[in-house]
Amino acid sequence: MTRLILSLLVVLAFVTLPFWMSDPYILGLLILAGIFIIAAISLNLLLGYTGQLSLGHVAFFGIGAYTSALLSRGFDVDLGLGLTLDVAPKPVWLSFLAGILMAALFGWFVGRLAFRVRGAYFVILTVSFAQVMRLIALNWVDLTEGPMAINNIPSFTLWLPGLGVTTLTTKAQNYWLVLAVAVIAFVLVAHIVRSRVGRALIALRENEGLARSVGIQVTHYLVLSTVVAAGIAGASGGLYTHYVRIVDPDVFMFIYTVTMIIMVVTGGKGTLTGPIVGGLLFGLMPELLRDYAGPEVQWIIYGAAIVLIVFFLPNGIVPAAARIWQRLAALGLRLVPEHLRPRLS
Amino acid sequence: MLKLENLTVCYGAVTALRDVSIAVGEGELVTLIGANGAGKTTTLKAISGMLPLAAGTITFDGRKIGGATPRQILALGIAHCPEGRRVLPQLTVRENLEMGAFLRHDHAVVRSDMERIFVKLPRLRERVMQVAGTLSGGEQQMLAIARSLMSRPRMILLDEPSLGLAPNITEIIFEIIDDIRRDGTTVLMVEQNALAALDMCDRCYLLETGRVVQSGTGDQMLDDAHVRRAYLGG
Repeated sequence: MTRLILSLLVVLAFVTLPFWMSDPYILGLLILAGIFIIAAISLNLLLGYTGQLSLGHVAFFGIGAYTSALLSRGFDVDLGLGLTLDVAPKPVWLSFLAGILMAALFGWFVGRLAFRVRGAYFVILTVSFAQVMRLIALNWVDLTEGPMAINNIPSFTLWLPGLGVTTLTTKAQNYWLVLAVAVIAFVLVAHIVRSRVGRALIALRENEGLARSVGIQVTHYLVLSTVVAAGIAGASGGLYTHYVRIVDPDVFMFIYTVTMIIMVVTGGKGTLTGPIVGGLLFGLMPELLRDYAGPEVQWIIYGAAIVLIVFFLPNGIVPAAARIWQRLAALGLRLVPEHLRPRLS
Repeated sequence: MLKLENLTVCYGAVTALRDVSIAVGEGELVTLIGANGAGKTTTLKAISGMLPLAAGTITFDGRKIGGATPRQILALGIAHCPEGRRVLPQLTVRENLEMGAFLRHDHAVVRSDMERIFVKLPRLRERVMQVAGTLSGGEQQMLAIARSLMSRPRMILLDEPSLGLAPNITEIIFEIIDDIRRDGTTVLMVEQNALAALDMCDRCYLLETGRVVQSGTGDQMLDDAHVRRAYLGG
């Protein structure tokens, strides 16, 4: 009960934030952090709940970004053999959904291939996949403009009650959009994790042989979670593309995958709120430090913070906070007279 | 009920089982004994579909089940309780039991089955909300056996149920196994505690380096000179 009230308060704080925090710079930071938090939430489903480390997760982010950008601007591409594919610009919301679908499709494909092998081989395969995607984006100039980047990508348009179809131009509107998608992604992952499917994922993370012996089709569930994770990462890529309004092959950079992993691991992998806590911390910290430290010092602090957290809180911030909370609650309980204490039945 | 004929299983180039033939009748308690690396665990894994067969057939109730997936074999009524890490340590006792019923959709009956298990094993009821990793070794083994029963199997494969347990706890576990058999479930058990295994089983197979070298009723095996010398300490 207290948990429900607490989480409602947190959500309320985030929803009303643009009203009491009008600084567009801060809002911009929160939007970008939010986009990466969505990607981190999706990575957590794989890394935290199935225990599989996908070092190519940024590929799905990039696929979502490129698909949505290309469809919303329209494109024509020479397919060889005298065939050209000419696509007229589509509405942004439709492109965005197509980006999710495309990322999920690639997720299925990669999952089917990759989960024939597990562990280290899965890591290698996902890294390679992201690199191949980056090379395609870089070299298929006819489609992707290569290093010249796709620019003039339209902003998000959305039908809003009372306003009709609106283009989201202000920071606050974009902020709410990202927040809405983040909430949907969170609820979706929470729902999966608490369902039968989530149990199966946890079982195969902890003991694959045992999972198989109770009848769990391991590959089936791994592919399913990759598809969902890829789709959510594609959504975050789509949000990125229509917010920044320019996309180049750098969206496939390895450092983005690393950023997502850091968010998940420091926040607490395998906990629902971990990626959010880690994402807010590492999404905002470099920027918040900007006033106090030079760029070089900033990155050193950032690195030191990661090392300290991993060293002292190996399970992440959220599980550590939960333990402290429990201890405080136990301490509080001792101050309550015996006959007033809640009984454990 | 279960028949293995000329079963051969390989790990890459290494042959772990060669020409093994074993039969288990309905309601029997059959044990496999033998030294480490004799192929006992491999036999159970081959039956439950965890390992591919190189040659030979497995028949369950007249149906060939060689090559079926673990899921299909479980659905036919053979539950496998693997050795070693026996439970899912981060899930609660209740959740572990629910995992055993993963393939079942008759949730009301699952709940009453769980209730029946709690009547038999009150220790598990006391710990129902506890995370399984915090149970003692004996309790974890109880939980693992109980989890296998949650699929309502007609036959249960037990791999080294006494491994790593204190003698008095082992006794309790064997009583539970005896109980399962009395309820009509067929049991095929791998056990390194040869004396206890021979004492409680109907029949027994002795495996050495991937082959069945001897078989017979528990009493016959207890009287056998080779078995006595090699496995019962003279």
